Amino acid sequence: MDRKRPPYALFVAAAIGATFLLLPLVGLVVRTPWRHLPSLLGQHSVRVALRLSLETATAATVCCVVLGVPLAWLLARMRFRGRGLLRALVILPLVLPPVAGGIALLLAYGRHGVVGSWLFKAFGVSLPFTTQGVIVAETFIAMPFLIVSVEAAMRALDPRLDQAAASLGASRWFTFRHVTLPMLAPGIAAGAVLSWARALGEFGATITFAGNYPGTTQTVPVQIYLLLQDDPDAAIALSLVLLIVSIAILAALRDRWLPA
Amino acid sequence: MIAVICAVNVAGCTSTKHTGAHGTVVVFAAASLKNTFTTLATTFQKAHPGVKIVPSFGGSDTLAAQIVAGSPVDVFAAASAATMATVTNAHDALTTPTVFAKNSLEIAVAPTNPLQVAGLADLTKTSVKVAVCAPTVPCGAAAAKAFASANLTPHTVTQEQDVTSVLTKVELGEVDAGVVYQTDVKSAGAKVLGVNFAEAANAINSYPIAVVTTGKNPTAAQAFIDYVQSSDGMAVLQAAGFQQP
Repeated sequence: MDRKRPPYALFVAAAIGATFLLLPLVGLVVRTPWRHLPSLLGQHSVRVALRLSLETATAATVCCVVLGVPLAWLLARMRFRGRGLLRALVILPLVLPPVAGGIALLLAYGRHGVVGSWLFKAFGVSLPFTTQGVIVAETFIAMPFLIVSVEAAMRALDPRLDQAAASLGASRWFTFRHVTLPMLAPGIAAGAVLSWARALGEFGATITFAGNYPGTTQTVPVQIYLLLQDDPDAAIALSLVLLIVSIAILAALRDRWLPA
Repeated sequence: MIAVICAVNVAGCTSTKHTGAHGTVVVFAAASLKNTFTTLATTFQKAHPGVKIVPSFGGSDTLAAQIVAGSPVDVFAAASAATMATVTNAHDALTTPTVFAKNSLEIAVAPTNPLQVAGLADLTKTSVKVAVCAPTVPCGAAAAKAFASANLTPHTVTQEQDVTSVLTKVELGEVDAGVVYQTDVKSAGAKVLGVNFAEAANAINSYPIAVVTTGKNPTAAQAFIDYVQSSDGMAVLQAAGFQQP
């Protein structure tokens, strides 16, 4: 046996894997109607959907950070019964089919939902078919990405720093605010970018929970889906836009995942 | 030649004695045909033991786009001439489409009709949340036509991707009214109440059916289409609320 012989079988499988992942991107770029791109992307309905997507994804990311960082802290730093179960349940949207997530959202926050019916009676608030509903759907799907990312970052921190702060008389809140949080900043930023990207691409939960109406709930992925039946060129052009955004995100996070 | 094949494969010949149909038939049908075509597929298979019907239901525009993209389909039953034209224009239809049924629109509301919806004009009120199909889907195109003929603008909160999604939103109580087909109201049973409106007469949908070139089984496909258009097939469609062409 020649121990130095390169494992050709692995190379072949790796090459097939890389080709498999890259070809759809090549297809998208090749089939993009470049000449009509400016006019397609200049359409009023496209600009409206792009703007709505950017706004809702950003709002959803803010919700993810505000609610997800404390939840990640709870899961990483506190010891209590059922912690493992809670962790499994809150990251469930990662593996749940988004359409099923949308149905679950309707049954919880819809006009006749468990919480939604109370919201509607008390405040006259009904989330489905509103822009707020889009944000709720996107937050539901994207928050697990932030929780996983922040919890991992938190576990990588040396817990003795917390103990040192405590020994110097700092309260838990002071420690979280002035010791844990600053060191977590890169992890939170990475989680937020991931959540934002996931929210931007969200389709299934959004169309199920928030429906589809131009200007109110029609985000870019929903528009792509509906355009594909009607105007495939426009659907391809919009897909390219989302692809470019995704590449920009990867570039922004290159230090984290793409070390030179 | 056929006799030789039959002598070799006796089991296959029991199904071929009438029509020569055997093998798998992929049927793409409009979402509004779900119940009837599921029934028709089962009864057709009983009569032709060598044939397996594989139905797939969805918005006609989605299905047409999938056929044009090369999805292997033997039969396409669309909910409008326009969505069938997507397929014929791409030269993907093997036979000339024939209309086998018609369907008209109805307003679906909660069983108690709490907002007392009585006609299209009530759907323009801001207190009434309305779901319709997206304009690219036949039910959405028909609804738009009905509203336009009455010179009304509905208070639409969502344009759903197919007619069953509209019905679901009504059943869940998330919208107050949905514009769907009469057949959908009928199939939903006690879960919704149907409200007829006069303008529906201006927007009656025709359902064309044709053999598709992307499939592999044109003989069995034609046999299934003949069965849909037979008196047995028509009886199933009429029982569900479809009108004769």
